[in-house]
Amino acid sequence: MTRTLPELLSQSSERFPDRVAVEEGDGGAIGYAELSRLSNRLRDRLRHRGVLAGDRVGICMRKSADAVASIFGIMQTGAAYVPVDPTAPAVRSAYIFKDCNVRVVLVEERLSGKLSDEFRASGFNPILIVLKGTGAGVALGKALDDLDAADSAPESENVDVQSSDLAYILYTSGSTGRPKGVMLSHGNAACFVDWCSEIFQPHSEDRFSSHAPFHFDLSILDIYVSFKHGATLVLVDEQLGKDPVRLAPWIAEKRLTIWYSAPSILSMLAQFGKLEVHDYSTLRMILFAGEVFPIKYLRLLKSRLPHPRYFNLYGPTETNVCTWYEVPGEIPISQAEPMPIGQACSHCQSVVIDEGGSPVGPGVEGELCIAGPSVLQGYWNLPEQTARTFLPTREERWYRTGDIVVEQRSGGFRFLGRRDRMVKKRGMRIELGEIEATLYRQPAIKEAAVVSLADEEGGVRIKAFVSTRDAVRMSIIELKKLCAENLPLYMVPDLFQWLESLPKTSTDKIDYQRLKEMA
Amino acid sequence: MTNQDIKAKVKAYVLDEFLPGEDAAALTDTVPLISTGILDSIAVLKLVAFLEEQFGITLAAHETDIDHLNTMADITRLVESKQS
Repeated sequence: MTRTLPELLSQSSERFPDRVAVEEGDGGAIGYAELSRLSNRLRDRLRHRGVLAGDRVGICMRKSADAVASIFGIMQTGAAYVPVDPTAPAVRSAYIFKDCNVRVVLVEERLSGKLSDEFRASGFNPILIVLKGTGAGVALGKALDDLDAADSAPESENVDVQSSDLAYILYTSGSTGRPKGVMLSHGNAACFVDWCSEIFQPHSEDRFSSHAPFHFDLSILDIYVSFKHGATLVLVDEQLGKDPVRLAPWIAEKRLTIWYSAPSILSMLAQFGKLEVHDYSTLRMILFAGEVFPIKYLRLLKSRLPHPRYFNLYGPTETNVCTWYEVPGEIPISQAEPMPIGQACSHCQSVVIDEGGSPVGPGVEGELCIAGPSVLQGYWNLPEQTARTFLPTREERWYRTGDIVVEQRSGGFRFLGRRDRMVKKRGMRIELGEIEATLYRQPAIKEAAVVSLADEEGGVRIKAFVSTRDAVRMSIIELKKLCAENLPLYMVPDLFQWLESLPKTSTDKIDYQRLKEMA
Repeated sequence: MTNQDIKAKVKAYVLDEFLPGEDAAALTDTVPLISTGILDSIAVLKLVAFLEEQFGITLAAHETDIDHLNTMADITRLVESKQS
């Protein structure tokens, strides 16, 4: 049984010292023993710089072997790692690092200037360890060499972390306008990793995709399940990961055996990847999570790639995967509704409650709540929001997912929708309130309201309605630029509409129903 | 087809598909399209399909990125280079 995450690397580096642990998209690679040496060196450097168990350390770099070594080096000190999106605006990353008061940030040189400017502007002053680039762990090794040349870090041991200690904080979109940090412990991740071992039976010959970025919780399965079994983690570059035309042959060339991603890129691969011309004989499992997979694209994908097993995994960052469903061999052509999300994982307990908080039985809609060892520790520095997220009347910590489901009479759950204003776009979680708050921070904007619309492809489109103080129409391009400077690109609204003033309800609140009709 | 004809066609398409409601004059030659989120990954695929069909050209996978498609000027240059 897995107790803490760093032991997964130390055990595999003993059992499989020469096996490739991480392979990068452009061919860079690093073996288990070498990766372990590199993460040990980082651990020693961080401890020398005063990082203690219980601290936080930030990571702002391209997904790479260097980033993986950083993750382990940080956890080996007993600190939690806080990964941010290297393509997001520096102002957002700086907010996250300041919010959880990181002691050190590992950052790529090309990103360090803007990040330092933001830190200076907000009066925050963490230690920066700057890498000249990334790739095969070479840049991290070089940065550590340079630091050692000036002041060598004494060799130390891994700090003995407890399973209740924080392993990482993943920031997700926050409804109040700022990202919020989901705190997860070693134990939270460990029980999920062990569940994956039981269901997917990985082995050291496996080649796992790493499609999701490290600041998304899909990366937990990728990194730690792969490492636990001494398999190879094959990193998909951000740009490649969005481009089905280049990605399709790449997956075949890399001879991946287990693929895990949001459904959106799988839909695109099925439509644009010319999958029938490549050899995917090694691919034995396709796992997807993060949003509903439109049934017509799942059917198309299965017709192009019939031999792998397909699994629909469901769960928010707060619990990681908590229900699962294996897609049957044939999807009947008559089936129009999406796949069920299935039954609770063996390490999770589930209950569906009505609006009054009472449990409901099969066939009745309600909110899905989850308890068990994978449930988050809380939101960083948000005690009230943390309290609200658990069922108040029970002793055990039951996390309220906010997802409306129905338990089928035949067993397992179906996902029906959200009870709040969170939406998923290409597997990424978006609080519409965060986009509104960003728009409201612009002095020219008087009112802003953001809605999500279903598109014909089975996904969502985000539409923003705005009015301005002087009633002067703003350019849509300007509005998009404003958003892109403050939000990750996936949160930039697809559509904007300028109105002289936004429609109101009788109580003078913005009339979202009316706006949805107008859209 | 002249440079101006190409640009006019692409511009009409981008405005219509990805910037509905925008004033045509706001979409200048230098407005960044990908780095501002005006074109996301699916939009890029749609744009590439449009360019290939409209102008009878074929774009290689490495040409469908931010270096080749980020502005109206970039797109026009790419189409022109393929036609000559």
